[in-house]
Amino acid sequence: MRGLGLKLGIALLTCSLGLVALGYLWLPADPLAIGGDRFAPPSLRHPMGTDWFGRDVLARVLVGGRTSLGIALAAVALGAALGAALGGLAGLQGGLPDEFLMRGMDFLLAFPPLLLALFLAVLLGPGPWGIVIAIGIFNVPYFARLVRGSLLTLREREFVLAARAIGAGPARILLRHLLPHLASPLVVQLTVSLGTALLAEAAFSYLGLGTPPPTPSWGRMLKEAQSYVALSPWPAVFPGLVLSLTVLGLNLLGDGLRDLLDPRLGRLTAWLRS
Amino acid sequence: MGSYLLRKLITLPLTILLIAFSIFALLSLLPGDPARLVVGPEASPEAYQAVREKLQLDLPWPVRFGRWLFGLLRGDLGESLSRGLPVGALVGSSLTVTLPLALLASVIALMIALPLGTLAATHPGGLVDLATVGAAQLGMAVPEFWLGILLMGFLAIWVQAFPAGGFPGWERPGAALVHLVLPALALALPRAAYLARMTRASLADVLAAPYIRTARGKGLREASVLGRHALRNALIPVVTAAGLSLGHLLAGALVVENLFYLPGLGRLALAAVRARDLPLLSGAGLVVAGMMVLLNLVVDLAYGALDPRIRYR
Repeated sequence: MRGLGLKLGIALLTCSLGLVALGYLWLPADPLAIGGDRFAPPSLRHPMGTDWFGRDVLARVLVGGRTSLGIALAAVALGAALGAALGGLAGLQGGLPDEFLMRGMDFLLAFPPLLLALFLAVLLGPGPWGIVIAIGIFNVPYFARLVRGSLLTLREREFVLAARAIGAGPARILLRHLLPHLASPLVVQLTVSLGTALLAEAAFSYLGLGTPPPTPSWGRMLKEAQSYVALSPWPAVFPGLVLSLTVLGLNLLGDGLRDLLDPRLGRLTAWLRS
Repeated sequence: MGSYLLRKLITLPLTILLIAFSIFALLSLLPGDPARLVVGPEASPEAYQAVREKLQLDLPWPVRFGRWLFGLLRGDLGESLSRGLPVGALVGSSLTVTLPLALLASVIALMIALPLGTLAATHPGGLVDLATVGAAQLGMAVPEFWLGILLMGFLAIWVQAFPAGGFPGWERPGAALVHLVLPALALALPRAAYLARMTRASLADVLAAPYIRTARGKGLREASVLGRHALRNALIPVVTAAGLSLGHLLAGALVVENLFYLPGLGRLALAAVRARDLPLLSGAGLVVAGMMVLLNLVVDLAYGALDPRIRYR
């Protein structure tokens, strides 16, 4: 059952990321070209139909994926880097800096990300940066807590004592002895965060806070399609479907990796051999 | 418990003060001229000066923050720049849509989740069990607003069972409630899937406990074992999750309102962004963040009240 979820997740992600990658090599039509038939249902010529302007929906889904995935990746990278640094500082320093940083993280967790995105939209004007920062900041506490929590238990372990005993400095202990233990929980958190970041990006773009038109993104396509859902459902169905399946794939991958990478289970090797 | 409550009640105003300061700092301390931000780069000097006066930008910032806070204590959030109305009244009237929407959504979510989760846990490996696990994964991957678009297309435009949007106001309670059904469903279904999974996991844990075997061993009927013994304990984490879900629902409601043209807090905040109405945006933001903090506290306390094993220090 578990293995099934992981395989399904990998399959879904391969499909959707493959589609977006394919878009760099080949597009079925110009995603911005206006004309032809409006609201064509799915056909061989337009596999996902066409929208209000007669633009090919598949081409827009392929190109829109770049925006959506790009913003989600940038946001998670920002959140992970900042969160890991702060969590590392808190976990290794302890004491007052730890207390101060972690109360700050609690505060961030209570602050709704949509609110931050709205404020940044006013401050920075239209464009992707506001939502990259908003989603990034939203992710900081998760990574900070994860890294701090792991470090707190790890630094008391015998192998750290042993490393210190043979004369390893703090930097060497951090990089060679502690970091490898953080790798697998971080990978799991990255996958899950990427899924929520994609959903958040879609919601913000849907509200018109993301990239300005005509650049497509999955969320913006849904916003545009929504007004004409009475005339044709197809432009609203496909971007949402691809988005949901990508997030589903990321979640399944995260769940599966969590089980596989748990060092106490040692299932990775067993799974790889099967 | 008493000292825990006391400490929470002391930190609560501090947290809200911190939130108020962050909002103030974000919108008026960052480099750049707030008045210029509001009127745009091509405004006449007169319009610019008018906004500067309205925002009282000539005063030093601690005075401005102090005045805002003082107004806050009296329930006065200032005046909206774009609508010329008190921010408090605008936010208040929008809450009469957003809060019922979030509540209706959580009621629907629980009404779906509890029976499904119970059925799944009592028949592990069955059809309902597999469907619940699958639906829970889907529910966490599907954006509410996309579900809303699909529901709108299907139930409002194709079948025409529900209105596609708008809100008649609470003077006509029946019609108002009907207008909330589709948006509430869009919000509730993903949450229901999540809560059903939670119920299933929690109930399955409890059903494996020795005291359940005792209850069965002394000859109780299965319904009584489930209702009187298992569910009472199994529902504790579910209630907590449902409470925290209310926060999720609130955030989702802000998005879904824009889809269904409901005059709630989400539409108000977005309109404030479009008009660059700083006082309105600060007021709406403060109310949302304040509600989240309060909600977390209530959930915290409810958890302790429901489960006597939890001791607060």
